[in-house]
Amino acid sequence: MKPNDSRIATIEVLYFARLREVFGRASERVELPAEVKDVAGLGAWLRSRGEPWERELAPGKPVRIAVNQDMATAATTIGDGDEVAFFPPVTGG
Amino acid sequence: MPVRVQTADFDAGVEMAAMRRGNPRIGAIASFVGVVRDLNDGAVVADMTLEHYPGMTEKALEKIVEEARARWDLYDALVIHRVGTLKPTDQIVLVVVTSAHRGEAFQACEFLMDYLKTRAPFWKKEKTPDGGRWVDARTADDAAADRWS
Repeated sequence: MKPNDSRIATIEVLYFARLREVFGRASERVELPAEVKDVAGLGAWLRSRGEPWERELAPGKPVRIAVNQDMATAATTIGDGDEVAFFPPVTGG
Repeated sequence: MPVRVQTADFDAGVEMAAMRRGNPRIGAIASFVGVVRDLNDGAVVADMTLEHYPGMTEKALEKIVEEARARWDLYDALVIHRVGTLKPTDQIVLVVVTSAHRGEAFQACEFLMDYLKTRAPFWKKEKTPDGGRWVDARTADDAAADRWS
């Protein structure tokens, strides 16, 4: 697809707490590659960018993910305009 | 509003008085206040900073309150959680539940805290003599929340 093609799906990716610090950003706008359809796919694509994503989002790491502010699983689908957040297990209270 | 996320301190007495006012059917008010300690995991804590996920936090807390209302016969429930930098002895969180009888109030209050600790997107970073460190989630908190499922 052309870069200015309006059909390109973009999402907002948010990072919190330790992940925000490690990635050096609180958020980023991501153009979704066509093959990314769900949370598992997004995680794999982010890891493919190399470190520190590869290390921090490796399978088995205690990372929680929310899609549009609801807790998600690896199978939760992702589409244009979605807000996807990555964060460590919560420690409030 | 049953859920508030704020930097300001709260007054549990004022909140409880407001909740029982005008409802002569309330027979029990249970409350919990979480407080910052000066010692955690063997290190002296100078202060801690609470970060959260604006939007999702309120949504998650409201969902937890709804869940409590579905499980117990409650008149009202309130959750206030502070964010920002807090010092030892500062209040962090307030949960208040009103009902006709104490049993439901006690249980709902404990349930709200257990679920809040494992499901609401807050994160604590402590300042210790060795620098800042993010607090790790505790498996004991997961076990406490699992009791209710």
